Amino acid sequence: MKTYLSLVKKEFHHILRDKRTMLILFGIPVALMLLFGFVITNEIKTIGIAVLDQSNDYTTNQIVDRLESSCYFVVKQRISNYGQLESVFKSGAAKLAIVFEQQFDYNLQRNRKANVQIIADASDANFANLSVSYATAVIRGYINDKNVQKSGMLQIVPEVRMAYNPELKGVYFFVPGIMALILMLISALMTSVSIVREKEYGSMDVLLVSPVRPVEILLGKVTPYILLSFINAFVIVVLGWSVFGLPVAGSLFLLFFECFLFISLALSLGILISTIADSQMVAMFVSAVGLMLPTILLSGFIFPIENMPLILQWFCNIMPPKYFIIILKHIMLMGNGLKEVWKETLILLSMNLFFILLAIKKFKIRR
Amino acid sequence: MRIILIFLKKEFAQIFRNKMMLPIIFVIPLVQLLILVNAATMEMKSIRMVIVDNDLSMASRRLASHFLASKFFVIDNYMSSAIQAQQLMQDGKADVVLCINRDFEKQLLNESSAKVQATFNAINGMVAGIASSYIQAIMADYQAELIQSGRYNRPVSIGVAGTNVAPAQLNIQHRFWYNPELNYKCFMVPGVLVVLVTLVGMFLAGLNLVREKEIGTIEQINVTPVKKYQFIAGKLIPFWILALIELGVGLTIGKLIFDIPIEGSLFLLFAIAAIYLVIVLSIGLFVATITETQQQAMFIMFFVMIICIMMSGIFTSVETMPNWAQMVNHLNPAYYFMRVIRMILLKGSGFKDLLFEISCMGIYAVAMLTLAVRKYKKAVA
Repeated sequence: MKTYLSLVKKEFHHILRDKRTMLILFGIPVALMLLFGFVITNEIKTIGIAVLDQSNDYTTNQIVDRLESSCYFVVKQRISNYGQLESVFKSGAAKLAIVFEQQFDYNLQRNRKANVQIIADASDANFANLSVSYATAVIRGYINDKNVQKSGMLQIVPEVRMAYNPELKGVYFFVPGIMALILMLISALMTSVSIVREKEYGSMDVLLVSPVRPVEILLGKVTPYILLSFINAFVIVVLGWSVFGLPVAGSLFLLFFECFLFISLALSLGILISTIADSQMVAMFVSAVGLMLPTILLSGFIFPIENMPLILQWFCNIMPPKYFIIILKHIMLMGNGLKEVWKETLILLSMNLFFILLAIKKFKIRR
Repeated sequence: MRIILIFLKKEFAQIFRNKMMLPIIFVIPLVQLLILVNAATMEMKSIRMVIVDNDLSMASRRLASHFLASKFFVIDNYMSSAIQAQQLMQDGKADVVLCINRDFEKQLLNESSAKVQATFNAINGMVAGIASSYIQAIMADYQAELIQSGRYNRPVSIGVAGTNVAPAQLNIQHRFWYNPELNYKCFMVPGVLVVLVTLVGMFLAGLNLVREKEIGTIEQINVTPVKKYQFIAGKLIPFWILALIELGVGLTIGKLIFDIPIEGSLFLLFAIAAIYLVIVLSIGLFVATITETQQQAMFIMFFVMIICIMMSGIFTSVETMPNWAQMVNHLNPAYYFMRVIRMILLKGSGFKDLLFEISCMGIYAVAMLTLAVRKYKKAVA
């Protein structure tokens, strides 16, 4: 026990002495939270539009006014022919163009039908899709209002309720993923690198020939990282709650229990990597490609798994972060308990067992 | 000059001796493109919807059939109880619950206004937002159809001339230029290429330098009469070349596998990439000068890179970011390159269109390189 404690102490010294890494360790979760909370959104703020108004009458002007007063659209340029549109898009001055046909008002009044074109610069497909649907809604709203004013036309009113996240804050969606990413970063990447560094420097050999048991060495190595991981998980929860008003709907105890499961899983993965890698560079590389990338991409962190091609979905199924993120969503956002997530918990638990055994088996005492 | 050449030879020998290098150059771009581009899709394919139809009238069924016909919604379940449907959502088995009230048709007839409740699982705010706009569009279509059919139109009060005319209709056409099928891959491939180039430029160069520091070989070079600029040039140029090759490999893969359009001039693209790389390499160099171990350097670069890349608009467009973020982005080199590479590849923008971006990057490159070179000291503190 005493040897174990002194090993932990030594490891803590190692970590705490390196101020820059510490700064980054606590800076990353904060920066990621702020980034995903404030910057990575899909809300349309202002779209620069170009208007090609071949009619320039009362109605077209009203529609343009309506677009502008919706706060989503700003008229950046008025153009007089189609040819100009090309250069407007190419220079990136506007991303959307509204084209009114000639005699727009006349057609609308007399023929009860008029044409308007919405042309989008779809080099950014998602944004184009979104902005076109916004513009369509605004223009449709205008014509609807006019019709209803005139004759009390019938209306179907959608009543929309956004469950679990009424203000559609992006951060709600990202918090579980950030948690998984950070825990993976600290527990797997840092652990593997720090073990390999001892290997590189040769100090590992010194430890191994000493009377300290290998299990003690390993435990002493990982304990500080477990603590660090927990502190970071805590920071994320507190930050989510204080800055973004994200409450933990379910049980906090369960939340930290699941975190512990994931941390120990990540740690055993880290140890496993350290047994394969001979240099820090390789360890970093393997953990970055093998663990970090899947945590970001193949876990449902940013991109919904359902939308991926089937092969990738299978890949996702063997990625532990996927289950951790599902569990976190249930506990933090939907307020569910073990009843809803027992399946995922069981999967994490068995992965845990498997990798811990494998890591211990692979951990070599001799070169 | 001769000294620089010798340095280059040494660096290249070192780089290619490393067995990891070949996979890094050729396999990583392939894997990254294949996984990232396929995984990173915001295209909405299937939103699971549950319809609770309490009315079961002609009108409500027609509405439901409109949703059935839409390719965005997969209707798993018809339910008769809203509570059951809610439970499905709570279990994470439904994304949207659409609830049609019992007197939907009656309301349409009598009050000419009826309500439909849509409840979204809004944890993924983006999906919920887009799904909600789809739902509203479908309802608007249905509404237009009803108006057209005239079945539920209330008799308009008599006497007022001109009110009883057909409703005015707008025919709204959509055109998506440069990417008519809204293929998300055309958007992602250039983005991934930026990540690739940044990765090679920043990480490999920075880590290489720190490694020499850690091992101590840098001391041996420091005591030789080699000039500072010669050493730095020898360190940076190999990775500069490597990253450009990487870009070429990535472009080829993108073209062959994803058939991305290459509208603009490739020469211009590589010229701008060369400027961008100077910035990135300088950042790598700068980080290397202020750190002592590879672990530190890697963490700092990881931190810098994730912020730069995320803010550059790789997944979500810059226009959707708050104003302050858009301002800050002018200090973000990846933002310019991300913008430029997409404009050149997809839209065929030329030198004139990109003048602003190019000059910003030029200034940035000069400033960053000067800073990094000045910060680097031959003597150890």
